[in-house]
Amino acid sequence: MSTVIHIEQISKSFIRNDREIVVLHNVNLEIESGSFVVLAGPSGCGKTTLLNIVAGLLPPDSGTVYYKGVPISGPRLEVGYLTQKDTLMPWRTVERNVEMPLEIRGIAASERRRRAAEFIRLVGLEGFEKLYPHELSGGMLRRASLARMLVTLPETLLMDEPFGALDAQLRLELQNELLSLWSRQRSSVLFVTHDLEEAIILGDRVVVLGTGGHIIADEPIALPRPRDAFHIRFRPEFTNLHRRLWDALMESRLQVQRQEVRL
Amino acid sequence: MSLVNQFRSEPSRPVLVGPSALVRQAQQRKQRQQWLIYGSRLLLVVGVLLFWQFASGTILDSSFLSNPLAILRQTITWLSDGDPWYESTLIINTAVTLEETLLGLFFGVASGLLLGFLFGLQPTLERIFNPFIIALNSIPKIALAPLFILWLGIEIPMKVVLAAVTVFFLIFLNTLNGVRNVDQHLVDAVRLMGGRQRDVIFKVILPSATGSVLTGLHVAIPYALIGAIVAEQIGANHGIGYLIQSSGESFNAAGIFAALLVLTLIAGLLNAIVNLIDRKTSHWKAGLKLSSADQS
Repeated sequence: MSTVIHIEQISKSFIRNDREIVVLHNVNLEIESGSFVVLAGPSGCGKTTLLNIVAGLLPPDSGTVYYKGVPISGPRLEVGYLTQKDTLMPWRTVERNVEMPLEIRGIAASERRRRAAEFIRLVGLEGFEKLYPHELSGGMLRRASLARMLVTLPETLLMDEPFGALDAQLRLELQNELLSLWSRQRSSVLFVTHDLEEAIILGDRVVVLGTGGHIIADEPIALPRPRDAFHIRFRPEFTNLHRRLWDALMESRLQVQRQEVRL
Repeated sequence: MSLVNQFRSEPSRPVLVGPSALVRQAQQRKQRQQWLIYGSRLLLVVGVLLFWQFASGTILDSSFLSNPLAILRQTITWLSDGDPWYESTLIINTAVTLEETLLGLFFGVASGLLLGFLFGLQPTLERIFNPFIIALNSIPKIALAPLFILWLGIEIPMKVVLAAVTVFFLIFLNTLNGVRNVDQHLVDAVRLMGGRQRDVIFKVILPSATGSVLTGLHVAIPYALIGAIVAEQIGANHGIGYLIQSSGESFNAAGIFAALLVLTLIAGLLNAIVNLIDRKTSHWKAGLKLSSADQS
């Protein structure tokens, strides 16, 4: 399989209160085309920063991210990014929000409406087209954001803890829907989470990051697909993977805590 | 069995209950409350007017306080002294005040919006000018009137400028605030969709600042009227402010009250326009408030 995203020697620091904080230090990672890769790690390990760099929102201090061999210099149209925070426009209805990326691409109104309706149906928001974001529940907001990302048919998806703020049942429901949507489109996915179960449920591969984006573990997840987010946890392979990755995650937590003490 | 069908659960819809006995009862209670309030208001107005009329000349000195009938007579005189009818005192002066208010509003809003957006989009420019703007804004605008009279005379342009200056700062500061407080996450979202600077301005910054601009407009509309009236009282030959001033100078209390009555009507009309704007935009303004509360 070919590589879709190649992260090469990426470093990034931020300056806060006149102190330099190294968030990523010489990170290397390859994402294979069509695979679902999950980056797991505690808050503060630089996973969101890495995703922002891959998305082209943030320039790295050094190193390069290649998208299909081409260095990334800004957001790319074939990459969709679902951020942690909902970024639907509050003055647009669900329908107009989902149409927005098509609008920016200059697609005709009738075609926009047709495609938005299709994806609103796909994420289960039919009948809620005319509502404004503030009228929606947390789960519905996520669904609308998902529809807005998918409506342009991106070949690669970046997702940053997309279900982090939802309650456990809703999270399972949306994980299942994501799996079924993904099984149809087979896009490449780079998914960030701090929830190890979510990582194993969704991923073909789970990468545990420590401080500075240093890779602590990189495990293939050989669980069969299609998967069911609820029942898969009762398989013995799941338990084994969970135990192995848990140790890596604890190691990462220790690293992050030690770094925070030093700061 | 496919996963989709097995696990796709539709988001639950809010349940709407039809008008039950309880709902009807609540509505009736609300209706009674409304009638009570309207009735009391009417009673209050009639009571005050009657007291005013009958106490005038006995307890109250009519040369200071006039009385409702005298005010009515003065109003009718001022309405009927024109030939043709639309050149009567009251109509001419009302038209002048309205003209000044609306022109002042127009120029103040246009310049405030323009500079507000410019400074909002160019933070360095804003930082250079900031102390000067604060200094200018802290001057009571009325204090500038003699300067405007010196430059423009006491005709309509002077009042328009005074009203416009008052409006300008309200719109300018609110626009600037709106543009600066745009949620950076929304800007990033548009950039991720492949949007250029133009898309960011027209699809995020403009609509996002609209709420703040409307808040400014809400305050600015009555202030435009205040600007025009105050300018007329300082120096003018026409306008409601002039009418109040000249009635006062000729000890015509009924004239002052009649002019104030017209002024109240104009203010009420402008307020109705503000409320209309509010209602048109309240739908997503509620959303803006919620989303900004989210961030904190």
